[in-house]
Amino acid sequence: MQQFLEKYLSGRQLTVFWLSGLAVLSLTLFVLNLILGSVNIPFWSVIQALAGDMQMDDSWRLIVLKSRLPQAITAILAGAGLAVGGLQMQTLFRNPLAGPSILGISSGAGLGVALVLLVAGKIGGVALSHLGFTGHLSVALAAFAGASLVLTMVLFLSRHLKDNAMLLIVGIMVGYAASALVGILKFYSMKEDVHAYVIWGLGSFSTVSWSQMGVLFPVVTLGLLGSFFLVKPLNVMLLGEQYAGNLGINIFLSRLLIILCTGLLTATITAFCGPIAFLGLAVPHLTKGLFRTSDHKVLIPAVILAGIAVALFSNLIARLPGFDGALPINAVTSMIGAPVVIWVILKGKNLRTPGV
Amino acid sequence: MHDEKKSLIETRSLSIGYHHPRHGQKVLHSNICVKLEAGEFACVLGPNGSGKSTLLQTVCGFLPRLSGDVCIAGKQIDKVSNRQMSLLASVVLTERVTVSNMTVFDLVSLGRTPYTGFFGRLKSRDLELVSEAIRSVGLEGFEERLITNMSDGERQKAMIAKALVQETPLIVLDEPTAFLDLPSRIEIMHLLRKLAHQHNKAILLSTHDLDLALQMADKVWLLAEGRQMETGTPEDLVLTNEFRRFFEREGILFDNDTGQFTVEKQKVKTIRIVGKGIEYKWVSRALARRGFAASDEPFSGFQVEVKSDGKREYLLTGPDGKIQKLRTIEDLLTQLEHEEATLLTE
Repeated sequence: MQQFLEKYLSGRQLTVFWLSGLAVLSLTLFVLNLILGSVNIPFWSVIQALAGDMQMDDSWRLIVLKSRLPQAITAILAGAGLAVGGLQMQTLFRNPLAGPSILGISSGAGLGVALVLLVAGKIGGVALSHLGFTGHLSVALAAFAGASLVLTMVLFLSRHLKDNAMLLIVGIMVGYAASALVGILKFYSMKEDVHAYVIWGLGSFSTVSWSQMGVLFPVVTLGLLGSFFLVKPLNVMLLGEQYAGNLGINIFLSRLLIILCTGLLTATITAFCGPIAFLGLAVPHLTKGLFRTSDHKVLIPAVILAGIAVALFSNLIARLPGFDGALPINAVTSMIGAPVVIWVILKGKNLRTPGV
Repeated sequence: MHDEKKSLIETRSLSIGYHHPRHGQKVLHSNICVKLEAGEFACVLGPNGSGKSTLLQTVCGFLPRLSGDVCIAGKQIDKVSNRQMSLLASVVLTERVTVSNMTVFDLVSLGRTPYTGFFGRLKSRDLELVSEAIRSVGLEGFEERLITNMSDGERQKAMIAKALVQETPLIVLDEPTAFLDLPSRIEIMHLLRKLAHQHNKAILLSTHDLDLALQMADKVWLLAEGRQMETGTPEDLVLTNEFRRFFEREGILFDNDTGQFTVEKQKVKTIRIVGKGIEYKWVSRALARRGFAASDEPFSGFQVEVKSDGKREYLLTGPDGKIQKLRTIEDLLTQLEHEEATLLTE
């Protein structure tokens, strides 16, 4: 396919071709997300519901507006945000296996959630999982608090650690420590609470209500916009820190901003959707394989579109009739993600050394 | 303007080394006073661990100096911002750069970073400079090649092109020839010297290729542990025996005549070699390896006559006066060994 296209299109045309292809794919998947589900709603009814037509079937209108639309938008935001975070981390650490969770941010979020779900349940004597909506909000807040704590710590350390490799190790260690604490908490907790924690850990795009969207949307948009402003330092960082420094890039500031941008995206998305695995790791590889470039001017929009498409696709699969919306999103993303990572390793040619 | 030479690097009683968190300062060298001027091609030579990289990194501002002064283009290095530095000195490091999906053109155009705007977009002048640099390092037609699919020598040339488009008066290279085979080494050194002289750039590099440095460098900086740094034109350093003192170890000799290192051998046996030209040279080298010192005096031992006109032949005369005709040096050596052995048994 690639060779075939390369025969007819020049490099720039090929980029435009794939970008528009991904955009069309994302749009189609978005519409399919609104149409398909346990109840299939005809296309025109979806349009009617979106247009605010009150004449139509109430249940259909509610399904589209209250359930499917926020879910699809959440998938879009999460897919785009995590993919960009993954790309930035892979470039910053010059490591093809880095992802947005590499800095321990997801583990921090997990710890926050574990504290709320497991400890609060223990103290209050009531399993928090029964509380419903307030439970959701407190879970999101706890996740954000945990993620921010780890992010602050990593940012602080990044000022003092000269080497990116050291920062990477610290991030992974923080992740292990947080997981260990979660393990202890789980061990002493009630069955229902542990179950609630496991459910959170499987990730979901369906827990974000419109009011929560008021937080998720602006923060993720800000993070995505921010990533566009980091194109130049990201490109130069590919050569390593010493070359970047010699090319007049302020390494400390750039590194801080890259981590902040990824951290903000990951923390917010994890808070609302749970730790979504693999998206952030696999999508950048998928994109690099398609676009064959190392230029972040192309890669960032490409990765955003690819992230959106993959997230919407995963959401669609998770909701396939038969699964009844019961299939956790992490199961789907990992099923897509694992083969992609294996493909990347087998393709090996482009992956010899720390190259990204 | 051209008559007045600008010194791009000037150090005054500079000390280099490392700050170690627990052991305090480790000073590798102190009291370094050197100067590098525009259009000069200088090589830093010294054994492993002598502080070549440390010196280069200190001069580029990657490592802090321990004491003394470094001036880059007349400005004290502390007062040169990161950004100004990117316009004064470009570097090529030892580390192999491998970034997947990056073409030569992408790589070289990153050298324009200090000049491009916020998103790093290249203007037509940038594009022109990039193509010109790729041409001047001899990578024409390689623009769209991925750097992961190139030989080390080609990649090193691309890195040099990157340094060129940075348009700095000073280029510093840390062992640019380390991974390369001999022809590529010569090519790179030749290219750098050409660039220094044609573009009036000051080029400073560290290398282990002593004989290449001797042939090509305008200035040589000699570093060795526990010694004062010596600088000068290579020829002066040879004649004042500095090279010998810096590099000689037990069993290794620096030959002031040829500018090469030789492995010390017990040359006890002498042999007479008759001949001329390049054949003469290589035959005596081969014989030297077997422990024969060449002598011109006629004597009763072995004699080799090299016939170099027309058909190449080697005539070996033994002490008994018997003459053997041999076609290759290999045959000559085997025959010589054989005759020696029979001589000993008799």
